[in-house]
Amino acid sequence: MAMNSQGRPSRPVHGVDPGAYPDTFSGSRGLDQAEPLLFERGELNNTGVDLPELKGTPSRLGTFERDANMGMPGLSEPEAMRHYVRLSRKNYAIDLGLYPLGSCTMKHNPRLNEKMARLPGFIDVHPLQPESTVQGALEVMGELAHWLITLTNTKAVALSPKAGAHGELCGMLAIRAALDAKGQTHRRRVLVPESAHGTNPATAAQCGFICDEIPADDTGRVDLAALEAKLGDDVAGIMLTNPNTCGLFERDIIKIADLIHKSGGYFYCDGANFNAIMGRVRPGDLGIDAMHINLHKTFSTPHGGGGPGAGPTVFSEALAPFAPVPYVIQEGETWRLVEQEADAEGEPFGRMVAFHGQMGMFTRALTYMLSHGSDGLRQAAEDAVLNANYILARLKSVMTPAFDGTCMHEALFDDRFLKDTGVTTLDFAKAMIDEGYHPMTMYFPLVVHGAMLIEPTETESKSGLDRFCDTLIGLAEAAKGGDKDRFLAAPIHAPTKRLDETRAARTPVLRWTPEAAE
Amino acid sequence: MTTHFTEDHEWIKVDGEEGVIGITVHAAEQLGDVVFVELPEVGKTVEKGDELAVVESVKAASDIFAPVSGEVIAVNSALEAEPAKVNEAPEGEGWFVKLKVKDASELADLMDEAGYKAHIA
Repeated sequence: MAMNSQGRPSRPVHGVDPGAYPDTFSGSRGLDQAEPLLFERGELNNTGVDLPELKGTPSRLGTFERDANMGMPGLSEPEAMRHYVRLSRKNYAIDLGLYPLGSCTMKHNPRLNEKMARLPGFIDVHPLQPESTVQGALEVMGELAHWLITLTNTKAVALSPKAGAHGELCGMLAIRAALDAKGQTHRRRVLVPESAHGTNPATAAQCGFICDEIPADDTGRVDLAALEAKLGDDVAGIMLTNPNTCGLFERDIIKIADLIHKSGGYFYCDGANFNAIMGRVRPGDLGIDAMHINLHKTFSTPHGGGGPGAGPTVFSEALAPFAPVPYVIQEGETWRLVEQEADAEGEPFGRMVAFHGQMGMFTRALTYMLSHGSDGLRQAAEDAVLNANYILARLKSVMTPAFDGTCMHEALFDDRFLKDTGVTTLDFAKAMIDEGYHPMTMYFPLVVHGAMLIEPTETESKSGLDRFCDTLIGLAEAAKGGDKDRFLAAPIHAPTKRLDETRAARTPVLRWTPEAAE
Repeated sequence: MTTHFTEDHEWIKVDGEEGVIGITVHAAEQLGDVVFVELPEVGKTVEKGDELAVVESVKAASDIFAPVSGEVIAVNSALEAEPAKVNEAPEGEGWFVKLKVKDASELADLMDEAGYKAHIA
């Protein structure tokens, strides 16, 4: 039993039967409070807001007047607020601890970003306000566009896409528009590597393309010979992530770009992992024609329930004329939003959204850029890669790295180290919850058996990484030492125990029904 | 009646002109609990290697490819309500599709049971 210096147990005794302690009368266990649904907490016949009844005002709703109870729970403001605060205390967040979720880059969101985004000139503006009254907001958009174009060495950017997949759609629609403008409507095949994010083939299909999969080679990268064999007159382009989802840099990327361009296709790069190379590599120099940038990953704007995403898409010279409206321009001292296709310089394929995108994310991302500077951004990328390699180096003797050599911003392990232990990747991840960590990405990328993808980001200090590695080493050794129960029952220290994922997927219950109606 | 296996872990049991297709025990184990199965329409014709059905587990969604060319003459629609059958008896009650085989010579490209066992070893 682990003890502290006063001789008290320093963590819950493993394997202790919760039934050994008496149940509480409230159902709560100290600060781990039982929380029913809002519908169960609130009385359906009560109201939490006590307004006087209207007198002498005849209803004009006629037959549309409500004649039955709406079935909404009547809750007061503190009751509703406490519900969400209690739920949030059961949750894991980047503000609570290390978040190793690879492929989704959960990094620290500096509070300065939030302060800037809440300035009244940004937070209180309306998209339909006259341009003369929102010059500051337009300047932020113009400045952000300049940074994104400069960091990627491209010609144009569409700020409006509202998330990564939306940015992909924007890029692929531009490719389609460019092909159509050249009369090459027969080019409909898009090459997608095996390890791609699932959104890539989905986007291509949404744009009316047919996907053709390229296998990975033994080093986890695109098989160049297989790619060459697939090129042809009907290829519209390739969608490639770099660094790829195995956390590896596609070393042949310039050769890949040349091959695609020579065969008459375009190069779409999934920029989801741009945080690993920003300030170090300009995608435009690699021959990329379009790429989305997840502001919510690379430039530290909140996501995962904390805020909307934003996926601005940059375009090379070849695709820039087809970029969508709106975009910001500066005329003398005045900033303007080019809203109409007819007013645009090129031949925009249309627009992605009704207005101009996620203003709050633009402000946060620009704050991050200006507070870091170009040298600071480069260092953030370098530190992210260094941290991932530190984890890889510390864990490779007890866990099994999926590929040889160093990695980029993500360390990828397979489940060979769990062979014959009776413990699966899923069990291992659940045991991490008991240790107070959010699990890493599991079973993705699919090309790696029982994959565990760890992305520490630049957020973590060396001592934080060491604590995390010590925990994982402890777990890996426990699994190999035959302590199977620790894993199969996990999580036992979480507010909710092991969920039945299979039953949830096979017989989902998506709608609450009151008990009386059952 | 002979059973043939593909590299992508499908099996086909051929009896005369008809072939019943499913996924192997090994594939079902690797997928984990199957939660959803999408079957083709009866009457659809497929070429060898075409997508025939989709199987989705708690871990991943995978395509099932036609081991040989032919016409779909029956599907195991019981799987739509009870995808668990794929895990319970992948090479029995958990079959997916019955195909009218177009060209029996295509079967020669597939593996026999011993060949498949060596393939997954």
